[in-house]
Amino acid sequence: MSALTNAAQDSATMLGREIKHSMRLLRLLIVSAILVPVVMLLLFDYILGGTIGQGLGNAARGAPYIDYLVAGILVMTVAGGCGPTAINVTMDMTGGFVDRIRTMAVTRGALLAGHVGVSVLRMLVATAAVTGVALLLGFRPKASVVDWFAVIGIVAAFSFALAWLSAAIGLVTKSVAGANGLTLPLSFLLPFLSSTFVPAESMPAGVRWFAANQPFTAVVDSLRALLTGAPVGNSASLALAWCAAIALVGYLWSQAAFRRGTR
Amino acid sequence: MNAPTDHATRTAVSVTGLRKAYGEKVVLDDVDLTIREGEVLALLGPNGAGKTTIVRILSTLIQADAGTATVMGHDLRSEAGVVRGVIGVTGQFSAVDNLLTGEENLLLMGRLLHLPATERRARASQLLERFDLVEAARQTPATYSGGMTRRLDIAMTLMGRPRLIFLDEPTTGLDPRSRQIMWQLVRDLVTEGVTILLTTQYLEEADQLADRIAMLDRGRIVAEGTPEELKRRIPGAHIRLRFADVGSLDKAALELPEGARDDEDLVLRIPKEGGIRSLRSVIARLGDDVAVEDLSIHTPDLDDVFFAVTGSQAKEKTL
Repeated sequence: MSALTNAAQDSATMLGREIKHSMRLLRLLIVSAILVPVVMLLLFDYILGGTIGQGLGNAARGAPYIDYLVAGILVMTVAGGCGPTAINVTMDMTGGFVDRIRTMAVTRGALLAGHVGVSVLRMLVATAAVTGVALLLGFRPKASVVDWFAVIGIVAAFSFALAWLSAAIGLVTKSVAGANGLTLPLSFLLPFLSSTFVPAESMPAGVRWFAANQPFTAVVDSLRALLTGAPVGNSASLALAWCAAIALVGYLWSQAAFRRGTR
Repeated sequence: MNAPTDHATRTAVSVTGLRKAYGEKVVLDDVDLTIREGEVLALLGPNGAGKTTIVRILSTLIQADAGTATVMGHDLRSEAGVVRGVIGVTGQFSAVDNLLTGEENLLLMGRLLHLPATERRARASQLLERFDLVEAARQTPATYSGGMTRRLDIAMTLMGRPRLIFLDEPTTGLDPRSRQIMWQLVRDLVTEGVTILLTTQYLEEADQLADRIAMLDRGRIVAEGTPEELKRRIPGAHIRLRFADVGSLDKAALELPEGARDDEDLVLRIPKEGGIRSLRSVIARLGDDVAVEDLSIHTPDLDDVFFAVTGSQAKEKTL
């Protein structure tokens, strides 16, 4: 068998293993991956949405706040998948399992490929579910079929990028608590310091520049434009460029960390 | 009791001049080691002696700083991939997947070894049977006892029928019954022709299982040989007589001038040469009027060897 078929087979095996893991932890994943973003959606739409919506002015394009909000919530949903991915990788690394794999003639990258693959799957399933809930709550997107494919593409690219970054974080942390802590800025801080809930321009001068130019804003803006039928401009290509950069950094970082290996 | 060996001439593992240091701390200092095919070699030493480091190097997990090693004829550095294909490793810490059932763990190994589906399933059920895990097959290791988890761990190692197995402290933390089961397992593997490198901190375990023992202390091999050879190195077999009072000890010491007396414990130690005859002659020479409180025969065991060897090393270091 060639190295390539071996690599594909080993990655598929690891993917299957991770899918099984996810199924075993289904209830936990539903809470963390779907329920948390839904609660954020409800909080910001029902409780804070009235005031925020009024303050948005032109940014809302005359639509209810939920139409503005959903793009940001979808990005938060993807980012919420970072913690579980990093934790899964850490658990594999700190247990003896990864050492066992290392002493076997298994393709080197297969274990991480499995983690990243299932991480992307989980993020996509969660975003689909959250989108469904948003529609039930009154979200009325104006996206065409082509726009929807673009939305799926950007969400997938962003998931892929954050999955590699989370895998790297999982590889360099030595405990589950550490993995969880290090992904918190990704899943919580960066979304707030972006255009997830309000436009970057409305923020105080100190954070405004950062919020306007960080990757989460690029991704949120492109999704929001696609979903609300606003002109997309260069926001989609900017978002994809950020995704490619983050994925590359995450990939290289995790490869280096995996090679450095034994702790 | 040692498993029979055919004194195979082929070499399974050959290590020369192995060195490993983490910063200032030297973990392995010029280790030479040879394991012949079909034998059990026990690496015996206290915690921190470097046992696990040797296993980790030989199983391709980490690289040595210096030295060469071949495993089943393949160079460890240039042919690590081939080496991985012929070895099986059961580390000190359990390497089972806790979210998969026992059976799924075995099947996962089968997939990673690229076994065909039918062989995978057959081998898994065979190993579940052999390791007494049939009832637990559909449960996750979270419900297993320590001994069961260790058995599953080793069963996973055996999925690929490795010809050389590294067992790093396979019985540490196990209850006596599980330890016995593990020992029997090692003996069974030996009869199947598998070569085993076993690390242990228990002298008894090395004595029970190993064809040859390499004693490791502070990163150096301090003694090597069969358990019998090692024990013979310590001249220590003696008859120990304990007396009720100094008077009796005095009388006995007069009769047995070769004995070493210990006035504090009222003990006389007489070097024992030969078998039962030396014992009989000692008793005969004592006569009837010396009251012996207690008589015991002390034969050297691996403990004596170990402490003798490491003790002298310690002295060397302080000099």
